[in-house]
Amino acid sequence: MDALILSRIQFGANISFHILFPTITIALGWLLLFFKLRFNATGEEGWMDAYRFFVKVFALTFALGVVSGITMSFQFGTNWPGFMEHVGNIAGPLLAYEIMTAFFLEAVFLGIMLFGFRRVPGWLHTLATFLVAFGTTMSAFWILVLNSWMHTPAGFEMRDGVAHATDWFAIVFNPSMPYRLLHMLLASGLTCAFLIAGLSAFRLLRGDRSVGVQKAMKTGVIVAAGLIPLQILAGDMHGLNTLEHQPAKVAAMEGNWETGPHVPLVLFAVPDQGARQNNYEISIPSGASLVLKHDPAGVVPGLNDFVAADGTPLHPPVAPVFYGFRVMVGTGMAMLGLSFLGVFLMIRRRKTQPHMAERLGKWPLRAFVAMTFSGWVATLAGWYVTEIGRQPWLVTGVLTTADAVADVPATMVLSTLIGYLTVYATLTIAYISVLFYLARKASNSASPVSLPEAPRSAAAAPKLLPVGVSQ
Amino acid sequence: MTFFGDPEVWLPLVFAGLMGFSILVYVVLDGFDLGVGILFAGAGSEERRDRMVASIGPFWDANETWLVLAVGILLVAFPVAHGTILTALYLPVALMLLGLILRGVAFEFRAKAPARQKWAWDVAFFGGSLLTALSQGFMLGMYIMGLEWSWMTASFAILTALCLVAGYAFIGACWLIIKTEGELQRGSVRAAQWALWGVVAGIAAVSIATPLVSPRILERWFSIPEIFVLIPLPVGSIVLVAVLAVILRHLPDATDTWSWLPFAGGTALFATAFTGLAYSFYPYVVPGDMTIYEAAAAPESLIIILVGSLFVLPVIVSYSVLAYTVFRGKASELRYD
Ligand code: HDD
Ligand code: HEM
Ligand code: HEM
Repeated sequence: MDALILSRIQFGANISFHILFPTITIALGWLLLFFKLRFNATGEEGWMDAYRFFVKVFALTFALGVVSGITMSFQFGTNWPGFMEHVGNIAGPLLAYEIMTAFFLEAVFLGIMLFGFRRVPGWLHTLATFLVAFGTTMSAFWILVLNSWMHTPAGFEMRDGVAHATDWFAIVFNPSMPYRLLHMLLASGLTCAFLIAGLSAFRLLRGDRSVGVQKAMKTGVIVAAGLIPLQILAGDMHGLNTLEHQPAKVAAMEGNWETGPHVPLVLFAVPDQGARQNNYEISIPSGASLVLKHDPAGVVPGLNDFVAADGTPLHPPVAPVFYGFRVMVGTGMAMLGLSFLGVFLMIRRRKTQPHMAERLGKWPLRAFVAMTFSGWVATLAGWYVTEIGRQPWLVTGVLTTADAVADVPATMVLSTLIGYLTVYATLTIAYISVLFYLARKASNSASPVSLPEAPRSAAAAPKLLPVGVSQ
Repeated sequence: MTFFGDPEVWLPLVFAGLMGFSILVYVVLDGFDLGVGILFAGAGSEERRDRMVASIGPFWDANETWLVLAVGILLVAFPVAHGTILTALYLPVALMLLGLILRGVAFEFRAKAPARQKWAWDVAFFGGSLLTALSQGFMLGMYIMGLEWSWMTASFAILTALCLVAGYAFIGACWLIIKTEGELQRGSVRAAQWALWGVVAGIAAVSIATPLVSPRILERWFSIPEIFVLIPLPVGSIVLVAVLAVILRHLPDATDTWSWLPFAGGTALFATAFTGLAYSFYPYVVPGDMTIYEAAAAPESLIIILVGSLFVLPVIVSYSVLAYTVFRGKASELRYD
């Protein structure tokens, strides 16, 4: 394998590992703030218990996010020097603002948020929690501005093969930025909601009857059910916007070869790029025209429009984009089904069952446990659709991926790639097992029959803290 | 923007200054975290290891961000140099990143994983810190040698790698002298005394080697009148080392009033050595090959960043001071509640 393909795999592996953790921390910061504010408002220990449990999850996730992020910032130089040489004048300021307005904010206030509870006044602790959440969101904003600009570049001109900024407003608010930012923030909220619901369901199934776990479960289910319809709507708008700016990507997502009206919506197929057709296709007639043009006779672009005269395809590889899209949407539908079921059960058994575990029932709880990391699956699938769908371009119409790659020996890339993959696999396994270990430990130390009606006094609270709470 | 003269001249200089500042801050701040990680090996008991981790827990993340800023400035202000330097240092960079990953996650995992796995994360914490320090020292050596790979340059880089480990252990020990008490503090004083000699060796090696490999640098240091302006640097270092050696002999003092002195002295020593190094290399960003003026990004982009930094950097510095004030005093157990 050559350095290009290895560098691509390496970049893909690094960013895939990195994004697992930001997707959680971005929204978890806000949810922690919510727990904290609910506690401030009601004084119920249950909210503080929820805070204490998930702040541990947050600390661990944040550490993984930071260290994998540092790898990312070196990647540009080690593997993609062409990127900064050609578009550095635009990427540079965006990355600089991310570091200055986001990274320092979150990193400095994280210390106060995690360990400052007894050292600073309550309002400062709440403010620190807010600033950390705000920092992670700002960081998402800046990096998504850059990423969206790479998909739909605007506000620049080329001089001697180097991009120069002409209009920063157009660069920041480039055509796909609002959609991508919204879709990603919602993805983060959903990932978090299912993580919270999954870990809480795991504790409920183990007989944990503490107030905190019930409050967390309820929050997880409601947030999930509230966000998923918005996400589907945002995804639909995102797709329409992509159709306008990157039609070849949408054609690959839909698995549509020929341009025309009454294009069917392909539910499943095995696309064959060599023969330029789909095998084993299951589809809804005129569906794609309806979804993309809101009219059964709408004309939808097909992949055959994007082939050079000599037959080389100018569109992205079809199969990964096609399947990735179905994995994302499929996961989204599963999220919709389960979270709505959860809310339905919570409302219907509200009177008859005082406790969350009985209200939801064994099988739905198990389904939530199974879906704990479903957000990761959908998010990764979504990013693969987006990024592979941009190929062969690195910056659409400006710079190809092949022109940006570093001239380092393939063996060197391969050896570091193996190193990274080993570490990433180990850490991902360690991360998941530690989360469930923390959940098990918390449910073991919670008293099995605490009554939800009687709020525990503050003095009794510390006994709920297992030994390992201190760092 | 011609108000200050030609931006093509002063902008690269300002950004080189900002980058130098962040590297120096990084070396001192993350230097002490990494140093504590290196000293972990000799901690002896689990209780002491917990205390050592507690002394850096609230700080390490922000300290590491200075590295992101330094690389960020290299990336955004000198994009071409960024590619050249980092591809030349491909392997040590990858090793450093692995080291940073291991040490960063070990912090959290050692406190949260089941107790029987704690030892493994302790090993990762020590190993990660050591690997990071070694690879950074190696990169420093290779940079001084003009990024040329040969047996000779690699041996020199191995020497600087070992010296940087000593340097970080030194500043880490100085930090522990401030943050701890009792036997751990006394042990840290002893460690600092030992490590100081490693620092001296490192500064000496670099000072001898730099003029030898580059006639240009020789010229810059040993010509008249430069030599008179520069003389405070070597003399200052020698005085600082002597003062540090004396102070360390008298610590810990009975009332613990002076425990901050070694850290302050160490910082001053690092700053002096760093200034000397920066002087040697100016105006080159890739030694002997590319000056900061040749490597700089377009002025319009640099201005955008500069305006932002003028607002943001003071804010960053002030809230960093806030964090250090909140967590001042002897390190206590870290708790989330
Ligand atoms: C949508 C969100 C998102 C995306 C697409 C990325 N990141 Fe990220 N990154 C974050 C969201 C984030 C975050 C939420 O802000 C993190 C995760 C945890 C944390 O500490 O901050 C973070 C951490 C983080 C750090 C460590 C910051 C610190 O020291 O505190 C660096 C250097 C990067 N990232 C760099 C990158 C680069 C170069 C990326 C792209 C190629 C990238 N990230 C993609
Ligand atoms: C955060 C979620 C992201 C994921 C999961 C992701 C995933 C991927 C994948 C799988 C590729 C490989 C495509 C291919 O080569 O066929 C890729 C390419 C690339 N992406 Fe992303 N990406 C993400 C975000 C970003 C961001 C925020 C940036 C930059 C600001 C970025 C910059 C790049 C670059 C430079 C490449 C080209 C290198 C390559 O082809 O591998 N990506 N990404
Ligand atoms: C179920 C309905 C959904 C639809 C119709 C949808 C639509 C889309 C489309 C069209 C893209 C590609 C955008 C482009 O690059 O042009 C995309 C990307 C993406 N999707 Fe979805 N999506 C859905 C559900 C989800 C869910 C449930 C998640 C995660 C929880 C998710 C996470 C992502 C992410 C992270 C990306 C890449 C970033 C981006 O371009 O915004 N999506 N989605």
